[in-house]
Parts: sequence; C-alpha cells; structure tokens
Amino acid sequence: MSHLLTDEPGSRILLMGNEAIARGALEAGVNVAAGYPGTPSSEIIETLSKVARDRGLYVEWSANEKVAMEVAAAASFAGLRSLCVMKQNGVNVGSDFLLHLGLTGTRGGMVLVPCDDPGALSSINEGESRQFARLLELPLLEPGDFQELKDMIVWAFQLSEEIRNLVFVRSVTRLSHASGNVVLGPLPGETRKARFKHRGFILDEMEGVVASMPMEYRHRRQQEKLKQAVERFESSPFNTYTGPEHPELVVITSSACHLYSREAIHLLGVEDRVGLLKLGTTFPLPPVFMEKHLGLTDRFLVVEEVIPFLEENVKILAQELAPRIGPKTIMGKRDGRLPTVGELNPDLVVEALASLVEVPYESAPEAYVKRGQELMFFGAPNRELTFCPGCPHRASFWSIHNALELDGRDGFVCGDIGCYTLAVLPTGFSTLKTLHAMGSGTGVASGFGKLGRFGMDQPVVSVCGDSTFFHAAMPALINAIHHGSDITMVVLDNSGTAMTGFQPHPGLDVDALGHKAPAISIEDVCRSLGAQVRVCDPFDLETTQATLLELLDRAGVKVLILRQICGLSPEKKRHKKYEVAVNPEVCLGEACGCNRLCTRIFRCPGLIWDKRAGKARVDEVLGTGCGVFASICAKGAIEKVENREVTG
Amino acid sequence: MKEMKLSFDPYNLIIAGVGGQGNVLASRVVGNMLSRKGFTVTIGETFGGSQRGGSVMSHLRVSSESSFSPQIPKGRAHLVLGLEPAETIRVLAAYGNPDVLALCNLRPIHPVQVISGELDYPDLEDAKGWVKELSRKAWFLNATDTALEMGLPILGNIIMIGAMAALGELPLEREDFERAVSLTMPTDRISINLEAFDRGREMVEAA
Repeated sequence: MSHLLTDEPGSRILLMGNEAIARGALEAGVNVAAGYPGTPSSEIIETLSKVARDRGLYVEWSANEKVAMEVAAAASFAGLRSLCVMKQNGVNVGSDFLLHLGLTGTRGGMVLVPCDDPGALSSINEGESRQFARLLELPLLEPGDFQELKDMIVWAFQLSEEIRNLVFVRSVTRLSHASGNVVLGPLPGETRKARFKHRGFILDEMEGVVASMPMEYRHRRQQEKLKQAVERFESSPFNTYTGPEHPELVVITSSACHLYSREAIHLLGVEDRVGLLKLGTTFPLPPVFMEKHLGLTDRFLVVEEVIPFLEENVKILAQELAPRIGPKTIMGKRDGRLPTVGELNPDLVVEALASLVEVPYESAPEAYVKRGQELMFFGAPNRELTFCPGCPHRASFWSIHNALELDGRDGFVCGDIGCYTLAVLPTGFSTLKTLHAMGSGTGVASGFGKLGRFGMDQPVVSVCGDSTFFHAAMPALINAIHHGSDITMVVLDNSGTAMTGFQPHPGLDVDALGHKAPAISIEDVCRSLGAQVRVCDPFDLETTQATLLELLDRAGVKVLILRQICGLSPEKKRHKKYEVAVNPEVCLGEACGCNRLCTRIFRCPGLIWDKRAGKARVDEVLGTGCGVFASICAKGAIEKVENREVTG
Repeated sequence: MKEMKLSFDPYNLIIAGVGGQGNVLASRVVGNMLSRKGFTVTIGETFGGSQRGGSVMSHLRVSSESSFSPQIPKGRAHLVLGLEPAETIRVLAAYGNPDVLALCNLRPIHPVQVISGELDYPDLEDAKGWVKELSRKAWFLNATDTALEMGLPILGNIIMIGAMAALGELPLEREDFERAVSLTMPTDRISINLEAFDRGREMVEAA
C-alpha cells in the first residue's frame, strides 16, 4: 500500500511536496483529478493515479491542460470535488476556459494547482501563474511550507464550496520537488454521487444552466464571491506574523521565499529587529489583517518570486490605507533590491536584508571562496545540457541536420517543448532555429511555408514529440494542410511523455489508471488529414536521411514519424540491445582524418575520448547499447554485436 | 526518539552527482532514515530538464526543531557526499567552508565538452588534492568499481550511503536503511542494496 494512504491521523511522515499536495486532495475527499504532465507538477497526478483504485478516484492525463480543466470542471458541475494540475504554461493554455469558468462558478469544490518554475530549472520560461488570479478575479493561495502544501489544499476545497468558485493553489519547483515532514489528517470515508442538475431557474447557480450569461449579472456575482473569499482570508491560519512587537523592518513574503526569508533573518541574527509577515492568501489581500500589520513599522521588504506581484498588491492596499496608517516605504523588486528574473535563495535574501539592517555577512572566509572559484575553474568542467546516452533524439537530429546540409538550400527547423528542445544546443547539432510553446514549431512552420510568394526558398521543417502532437500540434498541422503550406513535419515519437516520466498520452494503449485504452495512431491521423506520411527508425541513420532528403524535395505537407522508444523507458532500461565496442586496432584517433566525428561532433556521453590512448572508448556504465555509434564511424572501428540474452 | 544529538542544527548535507547516478533516490533514502529517527528533514532537489548528464544536487537539512529552506545557504554545508569527483569540487567551491567534510566517489563522468575536446577533465590525483584542500577531512572511494563488481553500476549511490553511515556524522543505522529501501524499492532489490550498504561501510572502516 502506498505510504500516501497511511490512515493514522497525527502521524508524521516525510513527503515530497507534490505528494503532500496529493495527500491534501485525498484528505479533502477529491473524486476526480486531471492534468497534463509538466515539471515540476507531474508527481501530483502520478501519485493520485497510483491510489485511484483504493480511494475510488477517477484520474486522467488529459490531452492538454485546457481539456484537463474542462474534465475537472465537469466533475464539479456534477457535485464532485475535483483537482486540476499543471505546470505554469498550462494555465496559459487553459486560461480561456478559466475566464468563463470564473463567471459560471463551480458546484462541487474545484481546486487548480499550477506549479510555477522560478528560474526555469526545468522549463524554457519562468512565467507566473499568479497573475492569472488577478486577471481572472479568482482567489489565490500560496503554501509556505510542506505542511501547508497539504493543509491548504483541504482548506481550498472548503473555500471553493463556500464561494462556489474555482480556487488557485500555487506551488513552485522548490516546494513541489522538495521534501519535508508532514503531519497527516484523517482520510474521509464517504464518497459522493455524481448528478448534473440543469433544470432549475436559469440564474440558479446549483441547479440552473452553467453559462457565463447574462454577463453583467454573472460578473457581479463573481466579484461578490471574491469578496466572500477575502472575508475568509481575514482569519486564515495561513497568514502569520512572527517577530518583535516593534520591528525596525518587516519582511513580507509568501511561498518558498518564506523559508528563504526566515533563514536569512536567522543567518543575520536579527530576529529581535526584523519581523516576518508570511502570507498564504495572496490574492486578494485581506485588508483588515494587512492594516494591522502594515501598522507595525514604516519599512517593509517584499520577498517573492518572480515578478513584483505581491509587492504591487501590498502597495495598492498601503495607498488605500494611507490616511489611517500613514505613508510606508515598501521595498523589494521595483527598487532593484531583489532581482526580477530568476529564482531567489537564502543568499539573495540575506544580501538584500543585510544592507537594510546594516549587518555584515560572509558566506565563507574570503580566501576560501576565492580558492574555491579557482579550483572550480580547473576541477569542475561545465556540464552542458545533453541528450541522454542512447537517446533517439540525438540520432534524429543527426539525420535532420545532415539532410538539411546535403539539401543545401539553407533549410531550418522550428521546434517547441520537450526533451528535443535541447536540439537548439550542440547536443542536437544546433538544428532548432525557433523555439516557442507546445505545438508552436508546426504553427510557425505553417507560416514560413507560405512565404514562397515573397521569395523565400528555404525548406521548412518542424519537429514535435508524440505527446505534443496530440496536445497542440494537430491544429497547426490542419492549418498547414488546409492552406497548402510547404513543410516537413517530423514527429519524434519516443512512445510516451518521456521528459516528465513516461506518462501515457492518447497515442498509447493504456491510460493513467493502467487500463487498456484505444490508441490513436499518429500516422492514421496525419494520412486522414491529407499529409504524405512516412515512418522510419531514427537509429537507421541511412534510411532516415534518404527519406528526409526525398521529402524535403516535395511540395505540400509531409510528415515523417521517427519512432524509437526513449532510452530511459522502463521497457528499455538496463537492457542493452547490442554490445558495442571500439576496436582499438581500427580506430586511428586523431590520425584518422575523421576529425573525431564520433566524439567531437556526435557527442554522446556514452562514448568517451580516452586521452591517454588517443582513441574513442565506450563507457561501460553509461552506454545503453543502442548501436548507433557503429553507423557513425566511417572507418568501421565501432563494432556492435546483438545481445541474444534478453534480461527483463 | 532521538538516539543521537546532531553536531549542528540544522545539519547540512549535500549529495552531488550527475543525472542518472541515483542522486535523488539516495537523498530520499537518507531523508527517510533520518525522518524515522524523529528528525525534521528538508530535502531540496534540482532535477527535471535533463535526465542524464547534467549536474544534480540534493540539499538535506536535518534538524531537531523545524523545517528549513530547501536550498542551503552558500558556504554552509557540513558534509558533501560526492558521487562524482568534478561535481564534488563544484559543490565544495560553492557550499563548502574550511570545516566541511567530503566523501567522494572517484569514478569520473566526462561532460560532453570534455568528450569533444573543448574542455579538460582534471587529472584524478589533482582532483583528490583539491577536494582535500577544500575540506577539513576527505574520504575517497571507488564506489562505482565496487558496484560494477556487484553487477549493477547504479548501486554506487547506495555504497556511498553505507560509507557515509560509517563516518558517524549522522545517525544512519543499517536497520533504518533497510526500512527506507523497503519503502522505495521492489522487494527483489532489497538484499543487493543491503549488501551495497555494507560494502560501503566496510570500505570506510578499512580505510
């Protein structure tokens, strides 16, 4: 049984942040959970899918975030409690639906958990989901530690049912992907029955039509609900003040920054001079609570990630309260004390705070820090991001890159989000030339492919992954076909949402619950839309390159599916298809004239350069036995032998 | 029930390595062992973007009192467990101080820019010297070689946990290890992990 189902209220266990969120949903009696994979959010739905059978839940990985929101909303309309989870970008994807949902309201409790990624630790942007709460006029909660990740979800469900609207609970990478001790609460016994009531009076929010019309009425109702939420925020246990009665300065903070701020105050030893106002209900701010605490002193430092959202909201409130509390100095990001890009950490907060309280701080003795920097230069060579050993994408981009070079018309590739994003770097031979949102590669290519009349004669290629194909690339493909755009779309099909941990998608024959599901064939979809379709194994470099060259020459929309399962997939891991070795008799090293194509250009971590011997060598720990090296070496020095023995 | 008082509160441990070495699993196992002892444990991890080949770091904060920031402040590590030599140096340089202890696996993983010849990987003897220079005391192990002998290179991380247990810096007991791995691993893997833990412990005790 999963440790997440421990039914011992009061017991204390170590949970990953995302597990704490999942546990919160279970304690709240969630019935339906839907999401789309995205770091750092994926483990929430994964964890719930594992306990779905035990707890009688319905859990799905939806085709994209907007659909996930719609699926979760349907459960709410039927009186159930539902959770919807995604990384920050997903809120953008589904925001149009949310705009309407805010107006129609919800019935059963519905909570949206966006996981932001300040610093873009595993993203290509650090977009903020908090702004959506203000934009969409919906209440926003921000947990400030591991216990709150769980407790706030329970509270958010109650709040959602009190105000009958969606509640945001925003997490960040440093909480979702961190772990801490959490005291468990009880798991509810009863479950709910689903029934969508739609025969009531049109304005009846529980039994009428769920629609955003009449607009003015619904909009006013939505704002009344928001006011109701603010009333609850006034007495929320998640807003706390710790520190002296008469502080010189108060740090106002939320989320993971609460932990950095607390540590910074401690590191500087200014607990008796500086107060800490930790806010859990960050939009809208509760004015009575804020008035009390803004009255504590005249100087405030707002510590938050990433843009000055909280700072601006505090400033608005301080301005409104000024006749009663007097003018306040509110510092933070707008005055440049803290950076407005990237994530924060205890050191950055210490730096900002140290100058305000005039306390000197040294992380380590100066001489040590200086020597450390020197030794890092000599001893810790940079680790550039790279495709994994045995990754099909490296082989795919090798072929795409070579085909475009051989074609000779200055062709290029438009890309989007997935592991293959790395093809913008040398690991993918710097093949990607545009990089935007999910599905954007094909949409942008569709546009480029229409510029022939303006003299553009370069071949246009787009790439997308198999999960991305279903998520957002299909409308772009339809657009390209309908408008007669000349593009070659390459679907890098590694049979799973690999980047985030092999979550299933509509192309696979299994769903999030492990049940058999009808697999939707990418080639059938493309053919039925009218594209010319080919399928290749990217590990077969010769056929892939020849096929690409042929397709680049043709007009219209061509789709090449490069299908090879991800090297890290559970099916492939620890099974080497080939034993691969460099024959030192044949490898001539630098003397060969090949310019060390295998190691200098192909750059797979599984094939290392033995400096002493002056030859390439397969790393027995890292090599995955995919066999591609053998096709790279023109000299035939890299030999592969198929492994007969099949180990599980 | 606390059987041992921490030498520092919070005690700051960093496990550093390269994606694919089992860094995250190691931090969870150690975290679970200490949580079972009644300590409040906070683990901060950086993983995601690149599954293999990138620098990976887990920050563990162990306290009798409360949870801490999932990022350890610069210069404030008490012990660095390095699964790879260059990563040990990288983390010591940022989070070390003259009193830090280091436990380092000697198996290098070459960054692609070293493979391509754009950058140099340090000579291992130099690397050892630098780890020593940046720490109060350092221990070096060939954990990956031992794991390869055992037939499963990924066990290098568990051997290093066994070795860390032998240092006596944190209360890491075999019985807690057994409970922690039984939470995170399939049953058929438990005995080989116990063996790896013991091998690591012996390697430090023999040194």
